[in-house]
Amino acid sequence: MTDDYVVQQIRQILADHGRLPVHIDDLPVEASLYDAGMTSHASVSVMLALEDGFDVEFPDRMLTRSVFESIEAIAAAISELKAEASV
Amino acid sequence: MSVAATSGTGFLDRIREIAGEVAAPNAEAVDREARFPAETIEALREARALSALVPVQLGGDGVPFEAVAAACFELGRRCGASAMVYAMHQIQVACIVRHLDDASWFQDYLGRLAEEQRLIASATSEIGTGGDMGRSVAALTDAGEGSRTFEKQAPTISYGAHADDLFTTLRRSPDAEPGDQVIALTHREQMTLEQTGSWDPLGMRGTCSPGFVVRAQLPHEQVLPAAFPVVSAESMVPISHILWSHIWLGIATDAFDRARAFVRAAAKRKPGEPPPAAQRLSHLLSELSLLRAEVSSGLREFTEMSAEPGRPRLSTMTAALHFNNLKIAASEQAPRVCQGALGVCGIMGFKNDTPFSVGRHLRDTMSACLMVANERIHQTNASLLLIAKEV
Repeated sequence: MTDDYVVQQIRQILADHGRLPVHIDDLPVEASLYDAGMTSHASVSVMLALEDGFDVEFPDRMLTRSVFESIEAIAAAISELKAEASV
Repeated sequence: MSVAATSGTGFLDRIREIAGEVAAPNAEAVDREARFPAETIEALREARALSALVPVQLGGDGVPFEAVAAACFELGRRCGASAMVYAMHQIQVACIVRHLDDASWFQDYLGRLAEEQRLIASATSEIGTGGDMGRSVAALTDAGEGSRTFEKQAPTISYGAHADDLFTTLRRSPDAEPGDQVIALTHREQMTLEQTGSWDPLGMRGTCSPGFVVRAQLPHEQVLPAAFPVVSAESMVPISHILWSHIWLGIATDAFDRARAFVRAAAKRKPGEPPPAAQRLSHLLSELSLLRAEVSSGLREFTEMSAEPGRPRLSTMTAALHFNNLKIAASEQAPRVCQGALGVCGIMGFKNDTPFSVGRHLRDTMSACLMVANERIHQTNASLLLIAKEV
């Protein structure tokens, strides 16, 4: 899985579940999703879709606001989980 | 008569004195007249109890959080409304202390709060948000030269007319999303509060919590640098739920004590013959113990999580679930205990002028499930349960 592919898939999940008032492709990877208008309720849908889409489970320590703050942060969390799984 | 710094013992002794000698004798009048418990708050000021949570190096008294929670319990046993005013003030102080981020204006402010024993009220709820504290309609507006203004329609501000300062949640700017919130702290002379309704509620009458329209102008330094969602998750929500539940436990404990006094009096009248209500009292003790256990485990969990560097666990969903559940459980259990006490005392508990009266206790604890509606919290928890792993 390349980083570009991961970021593209995250963008798709955010477009489907993030209920953002802005167009997801216009949002830089480091931009705050919460400042862009993602509600805490929508963030739960996003987390569920990410777990499903990437076949991972976010442990409790990762289920925090900051881990889902931006596309970049989500990508980092996913690659951390994928790296753990492949060890 | 200052409280002992860094140790909770001297502080709590003084609080118990104030609860017994000032809050208790005024509790009935405060409730009947729905008036602010001015004597109790004045006594707390004289004991420097309003700056209990301010660290010593900032001019405060450095009392441990557990001691402040115990103070809410002690005050709650004597006057629920006084305890609620005290707790709400401490919630705002704790939020500032824990999220200072070296903001010099707020550091100076805490020194001033300690020196002048200033009382802080809060305007976190708002008309038009459906009871969701995580969203704001009102926004900070740039008024030029580093100045900001706002106007907020608050459906309720507890002791708003009696506070020195106000802690208000707002959108960061007029074009910010509803969830992009900050906290502004304003002094009485920087704002006008226009009351928008009356205050004649069922219970917690002394909190004096009608609605207000707040209009304020303030220098931008008076906006806390930390984002509200972080303050909310790490401090405001857990601390509110812990301090409130200590108050509810205090009220329920006094209702239980009155029921026990009733049964003992009956037992003394007919020695050798267990009074019929004695067994009901034993059932009631089980109910009270459940509440006690819930409240003390919530406090323990919070102090453990707060002691960790960076407090990472406090911002997890599991923590949110736990502290939300503490609020729901305690707010449902406290009126249940008070109603049980009424069952034990019978007509003597139902009458408002006996040593066994528990009407005020029952009415006061019935406010618990509305202070952030339990159904709204259930809605949040329902969503968190979909994703949290260990609950």
